[in-house]
Amino acid sequence: MSDTPKVATVPRRTPRPFRSNPRPAVVRQSQRGWRFTPWLFLLVPLALLVTFTYIPVANMFWYSTTDWNGISKVKHSVGLDNYVEFFTRPELFRVFWVSAYYLAASVIQLALALYFATLLSFKTRLKNTFKGILYFPSLINGVAVSFIFLFFFQPGGTLDSVIGLFGVSQDSMPQWLGNPDIINFSLAGTSIWRYMGLNFVLFLGAIQSIPAGIYEAAELDGAGKWAQFRYIIAPGIKPIIGLSFILAISGSLAVFEIPFIMTDGANGSTTFVIQTIKTAFESNKVGLASAMAVVLLAIILIVTWVQRRLVPEEEVNLT
Amino acid sequence: MFHTRHMRIAVAAAAVVTLTLTAACSSGGDDDTSSDGGSASAGAPSGDILVLTNRTDLVDTTFQDYKKTFEAKYPDVTVKFEALTDYEGEVKTRMNTKDYGDVLLIPNSVSVADYPDFFEPIGKTDELAKTYSFVNEAAVDGTAYGLATFGNANGVVYNKDVFKAAGITALPTTPQEFIADMQAIKDKTDAVPFYTNYKDGWPLTWPQSWMGAVSGDKDALVKMAADDAPWADGKEKATVDSLLFDVAKAGLIEDDPTTTNWENSKNLIATGKIGAMALGSWAVPQMQDAATKAGSDPASIGFMPPPFLVDGKPVSPVGGDYKLAINVNSDHKAAARAWFDWFINDSGFYDLAGALPTVTANPAPANLKDFEATGVQYLEMTPEAKISAIDNQAEIGLGQPDYYRQLVDAGRGASKDTKESIFEGLDKKWAAARATVG
Repeated sequence: MSDTPKVATVPRRTPRPFRSNPRPAVVRQSQRGWRFTPWLFLLVPLALLVTFTYIPVANMFWYSTTDWNGISKVKHSVGLDNYVEFFTRPELFRVFWVSAYYLAASVIQLALALYFATLLSFKTRLKNTFKGILYFPSLINGVAVSFIFLFFFQPGGTLDSVIGLFGVSQDSMPQWLGNPDIINFSLAGTSIWRYMGLNFVLFLGAIQSIPAGIYEAAELDGAGKWAQFRYIIAPGIKPIIGLSFILAISGSLAVFEIPFIMTDGANGSTTFVIQTIKTAFESNKVGLASAMAVVLLAIILIVTWVQRRLVPEEEVNLT
Repeated sequence: MFHTRHMRIAVAAAAVVTLTLTAACSSGGDDDTSSDGGSASAGAPSGDILVLTNRTDLVDTTFQDYKKTFEAKYPDVTVKFEALTDYEGEVKTRMNTKDYGDVLLIPNSVSVADYPDFFEPIGKTDELAKTYSFVNEAAVDGTAYGLATFGNANGVVYNKDVFKAAGITALPTTPQEFIADMQAIKDKTDAVPFYTNYKDGWPLTWPQSWMGAVSGDKDALVKMAADDAPWADGKEKATVDSLLFDVAKAGLIEDDPTTTNWENSKNLIATGKIGAMALGSWAVPQMQDAATKAGSDPASIGFMPPPFLVDGKPVSPVGGDYKLAINVNSDHKAAARAWFDWFINDSGFYDLAGALPTVTANPAPANLKDFEATGVQYLEMTPEAKISAIDNQAEIGLGQPDYYRQLVDAGRGASKDTKESIFEGLDKKWAAARATVG
């Protein structure tokens, strides 16, 4: 962080020397533990992790090399045919354009979350009420959110009524979900409303872990709120911002819930995951769909890796 | 440096969120062991049997009466029910284990060729066909693995009052007349002429169930499977699909199809806010029920055949609804079979559903009398297993809403596609898939 400007008054403390053996020998002798005890405690979470994550994922890799239809007792191995088929059918990739709407939306979402988190980390009236309001959408389950917004976007629904209060005639209102040029904006907007609270809480938590003394010192030096944000908060929560971006990108590549429940992928709102689901359970091509899921996993891993290379994680050290 | 530690915890917590997000759900588990072969059908029916059903609305009422009647006849058998809201999804997943009830309805997504792995044989089709309809729909190589709980006639549910208000006196018998009638409803009433149920999707798949209505040919599906271009001009599939497109193009559907609601549509048609919906005869009692609840006259709900004439008479393709079957892993096959036979033959379930009977000798229920008065011919279609094989390979989805939605979108001008470009694409996919499936 040598190139980032530092808050001049904050003294850099030299790091404490690292002790190679932090546990004194006396303590070790008083331990009567059996060396497998920690593993016993880990047994349950590990069993759950293996059963519900690694075995299904391994199965998915296996299915992706078969022509399984999802129910047959027989699965013929087809090698890499599913992958070849996937990469030779450009129409299967076209749905990634839909993700671009959600990607743009997630940038707005992060900006808003950061804005509100910063605002509410300073002294504000009704601070906790606003925190509650902003986090509230994250508490509602996705199905309920989708239904709320289905009514919201209906012709003559909530949105139309509210706009109508300003004297706009109902007839000139666009169809928020019926118009293929607007539908993805509507859905991405819903996604912002739904997920902003989560980012907000992450940011807020990170901001609050910055010691208050630093702000005081900065204020004494005449730093305004913007300078405090620019030179204290932003660098202070950089890892969380970086992580949120990774989440945002992988999230927008794997959008599912909102468009699936609200429109079932109709009218040009099909995302990659919806397409995968339909391939598996409507065309009964579980093999091909598994291959698509594996490719999505690979894409997300690659994107994450590239991002980590571009924005490496740094140790934050404000003090 | 306590704050950096906090930061780490925050990062770790956020990383957990990432993990849960990326760990997409996937269901594992499969079972390659086949049945032990020994058929336990013989012997007196006894034991506990579990019956899976999709009728969550009837399981605590009508089905309890069935249970009483049945157990009075077979005192050694105890029947239990399990009603599933998402019947298709849940049962299909459960079929990867051995635990999927003793008697169940076959999920539609299981392909017929796989039936012998999962269900007990019921009998030879040529024997069963003497007593029952729709026998061939769940048969592999001349052996039936299930029987339809009841049959459906396909057609159009409509509101008689709306039709009257629009000045329609005779039911339409050609697509042109149908569109003209819908236009009359649009011009003279406030009702939505033709409700597509685009959002919920499954009611939009009616064009496939109308196969046979145009030609009156019971082999229409067999012919479609043997055709490289079923969407070519003038072919039956193209004619029926065109009707959907034309209705959408003429602006005779709901204003914003993406926000339709199936449950609400029952209420809308019952109160005269919808003119017509293309559905099976099973829908008639539900709409009448909605009319009663909404305080209007259930007699205002009518049912008409598809608007085509074959030799001067309308044709309604009929097909079996869910097929009842017996789990091949059942421990009490004799008891399961007893319930199976009783349910198909003696329960009178079809009458309750207002649907066509599976037992050929039984009379059609009262609410189809008007429908039969139109002189409609019921047409039991010859099933063709290749259709679904080609369809799956082509990823078209004849029984799925997606491509019908494309047609509606093109019709209402929401996409750049034209009917011709869609049909051309479908033909191309169909021909390519036929070449692979053979």
